[in-house]
Amino acid sequence: MLDRCHVSEGYAILAPRRLDLFGVRILPVQVSKGFFFLQPAVMATRIQFENSCEVGVFSKLTNAYCLVAIGGSENFYSMFEAELADVIPVVKTSIAGTRIIGRLCAGNKNGLLLPHTTTDQELQHLRNSLPDQVVVQRIDERLSALGNCIACNDHVALTHPDLDRETEELIADVLGVEVFRQTIAGNILVGSYGAISNRGGLVHPHTSIEDLDELSTLLQVPLVAGTVNRGSEVIAAGMTVNDWTAFCGSDTTATELSVIESVFKLREARPSSIVDEMRKSLIDSYV
Amino acid sequence: MSDLSASGMFVPSQTVGTVLCCICGVAMPPNPANMCVRCLRSRVDITEGLTRHAAVIHCPECRCYLQPPRTWIRGLEPESKELLAFCLRRLRLPLRRVRLVHAEFIWTEPHSKRLRLRLRVQAEALHGAILEQLHIVELTVHDRLCDACSRSQANPDQWSAAVQLRQHVSHRRTFFYLEQLILRHSAAARALRIAETDHGLDFFFGSRSHALKFVDFITGVTPVRSRSDKQLVSHDPKSNLYNYKHTFSVEISPVCREDLICLPPKLANALGNLGPLVLCTKVTNSIALLDPFTLRSAFLDANQYWRVPFKALLTSRQLVEYIVLDVEVESAEVSVGGFRYMLAHAQVARVADFGKNDTMFTIKTHLGHLLNPGDYALGYDLYAANSNDCEIEQHKGLILPEALLVRKSYHEKRAKNRGKARSWKLKSLNMDVDTTSKGRADEEKRNTEYEEFLRDLEENPEMRFNISLYRNKEYQPSEMASTADGEDVPSIPLEELLADLDLSEEEENEEADNMKE
Repeated sequence: MLDRCHVSEGYAILAPRRLDLFGVRILPVQVSKGFFFLQPAVMATRIQFENSCEVGVFSKLTNAYCLVAIGGSENFYSMFEAELADVIPVVKTSIAGTRIIGRLCAGNKNGLLLPHTTTDQELQHLRNSLPDQVVVQRIDERLSALGNCIACNDHVALTHPDLDRETEELIADVLGVEVFRQTIAGNILVGSYGAISNRGGLVHPHTSIEDLDELSTLLQVPLVAGTVNRGSEVIAAGMTVNDWTAFCGSDTTATELSVIESVFKLREARPSSIVDEMRKSLIDSYV
Repeated sequence: MSDLSASGMFVPSQTVGTVLCCICGVAMPPNPANMCVRCLRSRVDITEGLTRHAAVIHCPECRCYLQPPRTWIRGLEPESKELLAFCLRRLRLPLRRVRLVHAEFIWTEPHSKRLRLRLRVQAEALHGAILEQLHIVELTVHDRLCDACSRSQANPDQWSAAVQLRQHVSHRRTFFYLEQLILRHSAAARALRIAETDHGLDFFFGSRSHALKFVDFITGVTPVRSRSDKQLVSHDPKSNLYNYKHTFSVEISPVCREDLICLPPKLANALGNLGPLVLCTKVTNSIALLDPFTLRSAFLDANQYWRVPFKALLTSRQLVEYIVLDVEVESAEVSVGGFRYMLAHAQVARVADFGKNDTMFTIKTHLGHLLNPGDYALGYDLYAANSNDCEIEQHKGLILPEALLVRKSYHEKRAKNRGKARSWKLKSLNMDVDTTSKGRADEEKRNTEYEEFLRDLEENPEMRFNISLYRNKEYQPSEMASTADGEDVPSIPLEELLADLDLSEEEENEEADNMKE
């Protein structure tokens, strides 16, 4: 239950009493899970890193932490901070001296895998900044852009078909996931063309229906073929997502945003939707 | 993917799914831009930057189009392929960026001075998607006279090259024959004007090359010598443009067929001691000479002739009629240069003398195969002729024969047919005849000469070779033709006549006959 939504200390748990919220009277009602939580507005956000819409290249978002590249201005970092600071640590870092951290590392709430080009200082910095339950591991892999080769959530990972056996085992160990070698729409860079979370996934638009079915069966989450950043096919480079929030490039159109929100199930957490649902069951006559 | 299946591997069937258009959200199969066609069209206009209007310059006189800076292209029919290609060239499409898939004309009224084209262009839009779009272009036609038309309009008689054809003889037989040759080969098709002068014809052309072509043609059919001159009309010193009037003076050799010639001694020796008295048998671009006593023939090129030009001793106007009294064949029939001759001794008397006195001549003749006693023949009367020729004096010890027969005469028989129409006719060039001077006598002389020319044509099949003869509509074969005594008057067989396709307005009612033929 608690996995689905996090409650921050700033908001009180409201007793099921009448409450004037947004001008609507709310009567005490059993919400499905027995709790009634008011959430902050969590939905997909459009941001830019130094005028580039490829947000997934410069950040890595998981359920336990968030890594952000060091940019000239602090806007990028402050957007993430504004959304996530109270919930999960937001860490500014570089990997191998570069800013393309989203594509170089792969991780979930259990662990983080770094390429062999990561410097010792960066490794130490990450070990210090991230929570203790996250295992930070540097691996020796010929394909060093791990973010492009591995697409994972907390239970399943899809990897590049040419990944080493040892790496595969390490992934299974460190991230605690089940590993499948797969392609997405014929592309071997599964980490670039597919973005998955525990609740859904978005893949390359040219993925056929049979492939979608197969991947969906493997990942056990609903999948949708779509685009991000106004028709760009490189999904994971254009957006970054976790279980309750997503960040997309500023070129993302409203249609794409609605697709992302629906497949990753981000919309259900919004308060107005709760109110609307309840309104149908509550109000039988306008006063 | 296809090479995977070709190699024998199992490739499962792939159904293409649908994605949402990133702009409008409508479900569509994925494409490189990932936008539906409508959104792509509304955002991307691949015909941006292509010309929509252009101008084309057209000459209304000769219906040609200007290709700048200076070429005028002829023969572009409306709505034709060539005109389409010309219009596309004028548009100057950026063919590096767009690709032209299809082009066609949209019909416009001919007097609207507009040409409309419908083009289909393909270009790459964002992310590699190829879009195809319709593009309409309108070309405005501006009227402007091209240089040639404006020049000819300013001065319609303007000629820039003239050919002056001259032959210094007293008859016009050569020019009648040349006229027919020119008509047959359409050599004077480009002539602006043809004028007739005494002793020759003038041809006026619009450009020097046309005149040169005509001079080349004449050089190929007659022995001529020519020279050319030019006169400066105007000049533009800044652009080094000079405007000339060119004149070609072409002189035809005065030697004609059936002329009696006394060769200068040098030439006679050069030709192998050809008897100084020779007959000219044929004049094409070389002169064929025949020695009637030895039946030897020689050919003189135009250059050879003009090196030592000689004149005729007696021409065919001085032919006198003889009656043949007796023929004794001397040698067998020989064929010389395509003609058949037979040496014979003949006893002849002039028709003027016959019955009046006893003057008879015994002569050698080359017409032994044709003559029988009682025939009429035409020949040169050297007995009575008073020749002033200096060549004869140069030949020491030359004995002139008393008469020299040239050809057989059909005079009596022709008397029957006099005044009757022939079954064939000839066309003529339209020339400006000089009507001012000389008057009636000349005209009569001309008519007789023409009549003789026609008779010549009838008698000599080799002359007809290069001439087109046309069937005469008005001719009815005479009922009295059956009463032929002995020899028939030579006439032209029907197979040689061409049916005259006459599309002129005067003979409209005869067109139907023409068509049937």
